[in-house]
This record gives sequence, C-alpha cells and structure tokens, in this order.
Amino acid sequence: MPGYCMNSPAIQRVYLFGTCLIDVFHPAAGLASVQLLEREGIEVVFPEEQTCCGQPPYNSGYDEEARAVARQVVRRFSESIPVIVPSGSCAGMLRQHYPSLLADGPLADAARDLAARTYELHEFLHRVLQVRWQDHGDPVKIVMHTSCSARREMGVREDGLALLRQLEGVEVCEPESAETCCGFGGTFAVKMSEISAAMATDKCRAVQATGADQLLSSDCGCLLNIDGMLRKQGAHLPAEHLAEFLWKRTGGDTP
Amino acid sequence: MSGFTNHPDQDFGVRIHDALGDAELRESFHGAMTFLRDRRRAQFPDPEALETLRDSGAAIRDRALAQLPDLLEQLEDRCRHNGIQVHWAETAEDANRIITGLIRAVNGKRIVKGKSMATEEIGLNTALEAAGFTCLESDMGEYIVQQAHETPSHIIMPAIHRNKASIARQFAEQIPDTPYTEDVDELIGTGRRVLRRAFAEADVGISGVNFAVAETGTLCLVENEGNGRMSTTVPDTHIAVMGLEKVIEKLADLPDLMRLLPKSATGQAITTYVNMISGPRRDDESDGPRQVHLVLLDNGRSRIYADRQLRATLRCIRCGACMNHCPVYERLGGHAYGTVYPGPIGQVVMPQLFGLDHAGKLTQACSLNGACGEVCPVRIPLPDLIRRLRHEGVSTDPASPVRGHGRQRRFSEALIWRVWCFIHTRPPLYRLVTRVATRARHWLPPLPRAWTRHRAPLQPADRSFQEMMRHREDRRS
Ligand code: SF4
Repeated sequence: MPGYCMNSPAIQRVYLFGTCLIDVFHPAAGLASVQLLEREGIEVVFPEEQTCCGQPPYNSGYDEEARAVARQVVRRFSESIPVIVPSGSCAGMLRQHYPSLLADGPLADAARDLAARTYELHEFLHRVLQVRWQDHGDPVKIVMHTSCSARREMGVREDGLALLRQLEGVEVCEPESAETCCGFGGTFAVKMSEISAAMATDKCRAVQATGADQLLSSDCGCLLNIDGMLRKQGAHLPAEHLAEFLWKRTGGDTP
Repeated sequence: MSGFTNHPDQDFGVRIHDALGDAELRESFHGAMTFLRDRRRAQFPDPEALETLRDSGAAIRDRALAQLPDLLEQLEDRCRHNGIQVHWAETAEDANRIITGLIRAVNGKRIVKGKSMATEEIGLNTALEAAGFTCLESDMGEYIVQQAHETPSHIIMPAIHRNKASIARQFAEQIPDTPYTEDVDELIGTGRRVLRRAFAEADVGISGVNFAVAETGTLCLVENEGNGRMSTTVPDTHIAVMGLEKVIEKLADLPDLMRLLPKSATGQAITTYVNMISGPRRDDESDGPRQVHLVLLDNGRSRIYADRQLRATLRCIRCGACMNHCPVYERLGGHAYGTVYPGPIGQVVMPQLFGLDHAGKLTQACSLNGACGEVCPVRIPLPDLIRRLRHEGVSTDPASPVRGHGRQRRFSEALIWRVWCFIHTRPPLYRLVTRVATRARHWLPPLPRAWTRHRAPLQPADRSFQEMMRHREDRRS
C-alpha cells in the first residue's frame, strides 16, 4: 500500500497509465484525468509505449500472456514517480496483482516498487493532492457506481464520493445494493452472459430507481456494461466517467 | 429434482438458464441472502474489531494447517485416550465402507444423522441405502430435503430454496395424519414429532464435526435445533465424520473461531447448542453413547494441502458467508452448481476434488468482484484461488498440482490470447489497431451475441486517447 504522508507539493511529476478501455471508448476521460492533474501544477508523463494492464488474459487464466504485458508496463513506468490510473480495476491489477504475477522473475523488485507508487486517480486527487474545488455547473442529481475493484481491491470508494461532495450543485446518491457487482467482470460478461445480464439488469433497475439525471463511474468496464444495457432498454440516463464529469463541473473546458 | 453429480460441468449452462428463469427461486434466494447479510452485518458493528478477529481466525487455521500431520497424530492419540475410536479414510468409498462396517458390527437398525457436509460429500446416505440401511436426516432442513429426494442447496440452510407452501404440501402428503397448514410453528412441530420418535428409537447416530481439538481430543459441534445433541447422545453408537483439515491445535483456539463462525453463518452471536464431545459414556455415567467413533476423511485433501497457495482452501470453517454474499449464488441458488458445496467455496473446492476436467467450468461463474473474500472469516483469498484454478484449467504445465489441469483449454481461446498478447506487447502495432478501430468504428464486425443480446453495441470513439495526447503534444511544441 502506498503512503499518503507524501508531501504533496514535493510531487511534481506523475505518470498516467491510460488503460485500454479509456483509450478506445472513453478518451475524453483520459484527457480530463491529465487536465485535472495538470491544473494542480503536476507534470503528467504519458509514455506512448503503453497498451493494457494485462487483466483480460490474467482473469482468464492465461498468466503467461498477462505477464508479458505486465513486464512491459513495469519497464515503461520505471521512473520513481507515482503512477496514476483512472480506473479502479486496472489500478488494482498494478497494485495488487503485479507483485505476485512477476514474483519469480528478474522484475520482482521493480513490480513491488511500481505497486507501491500506483494510485487510482480519485484517490490521488483526494488523499494525496487534497484538491479543493469550486462547482461551476447547474444543479444536477447524479448516481455514482463504484466498481468492485475500486471498492474492495483499492478501497477508494470514499475518495470518489468525497470529491463529488465538494461540488455544491451536485446531489450525489448511490443505487440500492451499491456494493453488489454490476455483472461486468471482463470476459465473464461474454462467457457467462446470462448470469452477467441478470446482474446488470438488477443494477440498471437500481440505478434508474434513484431518479438521477446522470450515471457516473470511475471504471470504464462497468460504464460500458450498465450504459450498454440502459441504452438497449431505451432508457435516458447519460453515463460519464467520473474524471470527465469532475473536470467539466470545475471549470474545465473541452479540449 | 437437482442432485449432486461427479460431473458438475455437464449441463451447467442448462442449469444456469433454468435457475435464472425461475422467478420464485430467485425471489426466495434474494430474500434469504439479504436477510442473512443484514444479520451478519449487525453482529459485526465495529469493522476494525472484525478485521482483527478475522486475522486471528486466519492465523489459528494457518497454524493448525502448518502442523497438520502432527496435530492429526496428536488428535488420534488424545481421542483414543478418551475412548474415541479413530478411523482413517483415504477416499469417500473408504469412509462409507468404514461407516457401514461399524453399523453392521453393532447390528444397527435405526440410524439418525445430524447435519454434516462431510457425509454429503461422500454420499453416505446413498451408500447406506445400497447396504440396506436407511438413515434419517434429523436437521429440519435436511429432513425436508431428504423427504423430497432433493439435495441441500446451501451448506448451512439446506432447504433455503423451499417456501412455506411447498413444505406444507410435502408434509401433508408424506407424513400420515398431517393436515395442510402453512403455519411455520405447526410445520416445525410436525417435523419434530417425527424426529423425536426417531431419536428415541435410534441405535446409531451420525454427525459431522466443526472443530476437533488436538490438545484434548474433543469434538466440537455447533447447531441450533438440538438434533446434533440428540444424535450424538441418545443412540448407543455415535459415529462422527470429519474432513481431516478441521483439526485445531488447542482449546484456547476455539473462542475466536466461535466468535466468527455463528456470526458469519447465520448472524447469531452464538448457536443454541455448542456440543463438546470428549468420549463415550463413562462407567459412572447413566447416559451417553457406549461407543464413539471418529472417521477422519482425506478424500483429496492431502493433494490440496501439498500446494502452498491452494492450501488456504483448507482453512475453511464452512460458515457459508461467501455464498451469502456472492451475487452469482444469490441469482442461481445452490442447485445450479450441481455440487455438494456451492457458491465461491464450492467453486474452489469442487474442481480440486473432482478435477478440472469435471468441474473446471464452475470457476467461470464468477465476476471476480471480491465480495466473498471480503467476508470470509478466515481470510481465504477466494477470488485469487478461483483465478488460480482458471489458470490450472488452461495450463499446459505437466507439473500442475491440480487434477485435470489443462482440460479447459480450447484452441480458439488460447489463440485469441496469443494474438491479443502479440498486439499488446507491440505498442506501434497496438496503435495501428486502435487507429483502424476508431476510424472504422461504424463498420466494425459486431461483438459476440452474448454481449449484444442484452446491451447496445459498443462503439469506439472517433479518436483514441493516445491520438489525442499526441495531437496535444504537437500543438504544444
Ligand atoms: S470459504 Fe470462508 S466464507 Fe466460505 S464457507 Fe469457508 S470459511 Fe465461510
């Protein structure tokens, strides 16, 4: 676990690990993450040589393929600065799983070092940088879905909510049974599609029952799953990545 | 009727489909699981104290496992000293043969059994029937399930899938002189009358064991109905069956485990009965069994024990909390798994006992959300173990410690990950692929039906994040 006693003014540079889902499906969330960090005076290093964290094959049992990708991440993010990840599940992969995945190879120490300086974006903004924001938007009610990895593996549920609560015009709520998985689970959604759909159906119902105007999450996988089903059902509940929402509400402009 | 099989993977998809389509079943499980989760939460109001207690629970079980061979020897020794006869069973068949032999030796006719998952695991009832004995289940839930020729759907609450009305119907049909009633107290009263008679007449009582204390040779058994106490004290012969991992080092280890087990299982501070069995009736005592036997069951546990990571499986104290908190179990119920142990712990134990060729598919019914690992009172890293078993399922390593390893490997899937890896370890190629995907986003081949049947199609953005960042850099410089 990384420490939070770091003297935040001392942090001048961080890495951003963009994640593959953000790269392809939610690029605006990636850009918002960069901008949120830069606004705090932090230089964001974005290594071009990045792809994915390796979680899809890892969770499917294909450790060798996952390891090859993990090695690449460890090598590319080797400078001793924090690695910021705008996703609970990819951050969890780096922090909780790389050390054991790479334990038996030459990168064992480097993997442990990387794990210790990996942060989920909102955790970093809230706990390390301790940002203070002004809200610039109209009153809105949002429903926040915290992913299971953000909640359990990373323990950062409170960070996302705390940032949202800084925004005066934003009424924040969570769906009933907020702690229950939305049914995404990566390849699980395809391999066990019926179970996944049953779980997603319940999550969609709970999310809609809040009467919120907008759905937020800091994990793209969950967003794709819940939003995908809501759109299929013809529901009108726009979904957005938390970082993007936070950036827009706090005065950020679009690129 | 659902039953256990040695091939849980067979028709797993069909059972999943049927379970999800059964609205009544889903309602029952949703209600019951919500109730149990709330009760558990109320028992652990202080999260920090809970985590400390879980640390202790895990440490106690770990310490016992670390010295398992010695503790088992000590247990055998202390038990013999207390007058308990100890039998070792390497396989389910061995255990059934030993138990049948013991019953024959005392010329047993009427057998009652307290709730025991170990005896479910070895299929004791079927074995006894084949040998010409009938054995009456005396736990109310087990009794209901047995009478209906079903199998338990939960390790703590075997009849949780049944509602009042169906039990009322069953009792009215199957128990003579029983009028139809949905009054729960009356239903329980009816069941009890039958069971009381059976206890009074029984000559052999069979039970499970929750913990066996090596230091003192004491068998600890917790329960709520008193049927465990009846089964272990009224008949002349008591046969206890336990998985060999249930041994703990000393009596002082018991309090913390008891602080964890009932609260995690049913949300009770303590069970109604806590039985500490330390031997048969002594000469100066007027009741109690004249013979007590302990059957120590291996049935694949030694193999689990041999692997450092998988060994954590054996810490399990069978509380059921992992299934109560599993969103998949809640939606499927226990029968869909087709296994004695359903839910997360079942997904970890069963593939190891039956082999990944017969039960490897079970490991796929998990979104790795981590709810089970978060509540396990002895900190078994269930999601990690499920992932590990997925790995063994597709592993081509001949040294894999799990039976049936590699048998879940499909050429097509292996190829997909090979190609995936090829692309993702070559950033320039990856960028080319994402460039094509974003440019051709309106003409991409559709995703698997498994995704699109329930969700709108996925569409890449018009530019990738990496591309945006490159443009940004260019503009700046
Ligand atoms: S794995 Fe843990 S939570 Fe599940 S039954 Fe065993 S002890 Fe209980």
